[in-house]
Amino acid sequence: MSSRADMLSAGSSLGRAAGWRRILRDRPLIPLSALLIVLVVLMELVRPGVVSPDWVGVTIRAAIPLAILGACQTLTMLTGGIDLSVGMVASMAAFIMATQTGSQGPAIAISLAIVAATIAGVANGIGVGVFKVHPLIMTLGVGLVILGLMNVYQLIVVQAGTTIPPIVEWLGSGTTLPFLPNNLLVFVPLALLIIAGLRFSGFGRLLFAVGDNPVAARLSGVRLWQVLLALYVLSALLAAIAGILVAGLVKTASLALVEQSVLPAVAAAVIGGTSIMGGRGGYSGTIIGALILTVLTSLLIALQMPEAVRQILFGAIIVVVAAAYTRVTGDT
Amino acid sequence: MSAAVDIRARDRPDRSIQLRRWSQRNSWTLSLLGLFALILLFTYLIQPSYGAAQLQGLAIGALPLAMAAVAQAIVVISGGIDLSVGSMMALTSVTAALLMKDQSEAFAIPVVLGVLLMGLILGIINGTLVVMTRVPDIVVTLAMSFVWAGAALVVLHSPGGGSADWLRDLVTGSIGSEWIPRALATLVVIVGIIWIPLRRSTAGLALYAVGSNRLAAFRSGVPVGRAKVLAYVLGGLFSAFGGLALTATTGIGTPVPGAYTLLGVAAIVLGGVSLAGGRGGIAGPIVAVFVLALVRTDLTLLGVNSNLSTVIQGTILIGVVMFGSLLTLRRART
Repeated sequence: MSSRADMLSAGSSLGRAAGWRRILRDRPLIPLSALLIVLVVLMELVRPGVVSPDWVGVTIRAAIPLAILGACQTLTMLTGGIDLSVGMVASMAAFIMATQTGSQGPAIAISLAIVAATIAGVANGIGVGVFKVHPLIMTLGVGLVILGLMNVYQLIVVQAGTTIPPIVEWLGSGTTLPFLPNNLLVFVPLALLIIAGLRFSGFGRLLFAVGDNPVAARLSGVRLWQVLLALYVLSALLAAIAGILVAGLVKTASLALVEQSVLPAVAAAVIGGTSIMGGRGGYSGTIIGALILTVLTSLLIALQMPEAVRQILFGAIIVVVAAAYTRVTGDT
Repeated sequence: MSAAVDIRARDRPDRSIQLRRWSQRNSWTLSLLGLFALILLFTYLIQPSYGAAQLQGLAIGALPLAMAAVAQAIVVISGGIDLSVGSMMALTSVTAALLMKDQSEAFAIPVVLGVLLMGLILGIINGTLVVMTRVPDIVVTLAMSFVWAGAALVVLHSPGGGSADWLRDLVTGSIGSEWIPRALATLVVIVGIIWIPLRRSTAGLALYAVGSNRLAAFRSGVPVGRAKVLAYVLGGLFSAFGGLALTATTGIGTPVPGAYTLLGVAAIVLGGVSLAGGRGGIAGPIVAVFVLALVRTDLTLLGVNSNLSTVIQGTILIGVVMFGSLLTLRRART
């Protein structure tokens, strides 16, 4: 069946279509950026005058936590995994930071949050790497455990209240230049590190190798469990950073702070061209994916679409984009 | 366990060998049943008044998740995964609740049939998208979970609606002896009528074949695409049963999907279904749902903080899966 479809697509892809396919396959950033620009233009048409430097700043500020959570999904998806605990890990980090700041000061509070996230990452990594539990199950289970533990913790610290350290608030919601948000200070180095790390570092290449062909990677001497352990710890740390930034953005912290961003983060990675089967993708696409989803959300809000219709369109777009990718790359 | 290689011997072996084979094939389910019995005994020890009425409550509480687990199990056996089960349950539940509100008892019959048909159609859409686009199941069904949850909000914006009395009676109380909860009987009858004939048919065998080795199945002439669509159609149908169970047990419809997708995945893993596909059955996941429900009851009876009981349930889930994969790893090494 697949071979017949391949032949059909090969027959019809001669000529100009082949060029487009190649661009989408090899340079997904070009069509994705085009889609982003189309959405921005649509936004301007719907609400004339809304697209301004300020609007760009607000959009970027909202997209950055999503893009960081998208990094967790991109990296784990490259190895054929997924990390669905990021929502709980991020909320946990934000909540620990907010409740400990009052008594311990911001530095210790943030360190505690990072330590907690690391523990969660180690748990994920041991389950996936050493015990070979399916990443979907492992990260869901860890998310469930964290949720329960944090609910207990919430009862213990109920008097402490939540305080967001000024520095976190400044980073999460402030803007220095007329429009550039401060969370770019965190995000730009992080993004450059991830993009360069994936391309040039040994660890980055290992992620691709493990996802592309785990058996070949193992036979070439890759210590699979070490790679996966490091990967899931990294993913949890990124989630913690995202959670702290969200807390700074909305100036509060709760256990449901980031939960609703988990599936959009997966969507951002999928739209950005990372294959959930592993071995193909990259982070720059995910960043554009996060921007596309953010602009799309504000466009739908501007059109006064009810929440329900927004969700339906959201889902439909993911299917269409993923189908387009599958068609041009020939992956199954 | 590996039901895909169910070769029927031409000369019938005697009963004891048959029995041994049967128990070997269902060893996981049988040990789960043993576990259930042990926990039940433990429950009786800590709460001597635990009796028939409490068992009925347990069955009612477990019914929606049991349906979700059956839906998920069928899809996973065929090598896919359906992350939209919870959303489909929400959509079918609110549709049923909205249509049945303030209507006659007789009107509820076409409503129930219509909602089941709706589940079939949702499943056809899911399955066709998976097969036609060749996008990984997990991405398609994740995206469709947004779509169905959005549609549920369109149907009913806030919890409401109603349920026909006969539908509610179908799941409350007991049948025959007071020790057989009616919810359990309903579950067994529905699953039995649909799954057992299918399991013994060529289509059922195709589900297992496609799940255990897609390429081998394709080369052996199994209609792979049709088998996958069938799996999603059954997933949609059982999600609709789950939605009806939600409406019947709560009396209303809630447009926000519960955690049934993820709990269902947990239950089938605990029930011995391999996430890689092709292995496992339907009985194991159903027993697993009851084990999970009873553990929750026990933790409440023991006065454990309900939040800590979430921790314990999550730990049990992870522990069981780790233990299961350790067994597989050791088997692979020897």
